[in-house]
Amino acid sequence: MIRSFRLWLWVAVVALGLTAGAAALLLRQPAQAARSFGGGTYSLVDQNGKAVDQTMFQGHPSVLFFGYTHCPDVCPTTMAEMASWFQELGNEGKDLRAYFVTVDPGRDTTAVLGDYVSWVSDRITGVTGDPAEIAKIIKAWGIFAEKVPLGDGEYSMDHTASVFLLNTKGEFEGTIAYGEANDTALGKLRNLLAKS
Amino acid sequence: MLRAFFRAAFAAVVMLSSTAAFAQEGHGPAAPVAVGTLELSGGFARATLPNAPVGGAFVTITNKGATDDRLVSVSSPAADVGQIHDMSMEGDVMKMRQLPDGVVIPAGETVTLEPAGLHMMFMGLKQPFVEGQTVKITLTFEAAGRVDLDVPVLGAAADSAMHMDH
Repeated sequence: MIRSFRLWLWVAVVALGLTAGAAALLLRQPAQAARSFGGGTYSLVDQNGKAVDQTMFQGHPSVLFFGYTHCPDVCPTTMAEMASWFQELGNEGKDLRAYFVTVDPGRDTTAVLGDYVSWVSDRITGVTGDPAEIAKIIKAWGIFAEKVPLGDGEYSMDHTASVFLLNTKGEFEGTIAYGEANDTALGKLRNLLAKS
Repeated sequence: MLRAFFRAAFAAVVMLSSTAAFAQEGHGPAAPVAVGTLELSGGFARATLPNAPVGGAFVTITNKGATDDRLVSVSSPAADVGQIHDMSMEGDVMKMRQLPDGVVIPAGETVTLEPAGLHMMFMGLKQPFVEGQTVKITLTFEAAGRVDLDVPVLGAAADSAMHMDH
């Protein structure tokens, strides 16, 4: 009698444990989903041909922009704005790094990217690579990128134009929208730097 | 007294000569150009980044006539191809469309080709657009015909010919 009671007690304990475990797992899922933005793995190359992957965003605050060199408006404007951010922040922004990831790896080779990004700063990394790997980083950051034919075999890319702000763990902290006022952008960057 | 006068005169001369130099170098807004009933003003191009094979140019077109006209094509000796494009933002996504039928310039109205909107896009640049230089562009209108412009190249993020980049 006591024995069977003990047995049932054990069954109850195990059942309770399972329920608690399942609940903990379920409760953790939303947090994991939020963190998975910007997650994922990919193997790419920088403008010097050096291998880079998802760990490149770790250890310093970053600004991350997706674009392409055949881009006539949004990309050069954003690059020029980034250059002015680095200038205006000066020593205050010494830990900040910038990343320009191409959405057009077919045309943006490492050689093309090198001079293009170096115009902005010596702390910007141009990122390109195998189209399948670029597709992975585009997916990881929820970027929209689509080819639009322009005739004569030329094409343009419709693409997400926001600049992402990343903390020192490489996690998403916020965005600077295209055309956002310079003061607002600098405020967001100072905020990001203060947290780092 | 005399000294103050000379100082003022000197300052005026310096100001005038620097203004003249400014205009010669093509930094200032280009003078309006008339063709038919159209007036073109505030034309400029944006400097291109290293290796960027495309460049944008912008202009304001006023139709002082009583009938609509249409900008049908653009070209430049500096580029292989010139196209008329419209850029728009949908949420945070930049969308670019070629306008193969060009842009109507309605009678009595002004159409502005400007950054983040309608613009001339030059592809296959033979050399970069360098800030401080000028670029030759040709606009062809259905009624008014062809007009050549020498537009100043401003900064890579310049918004208009009127105020300089920050």
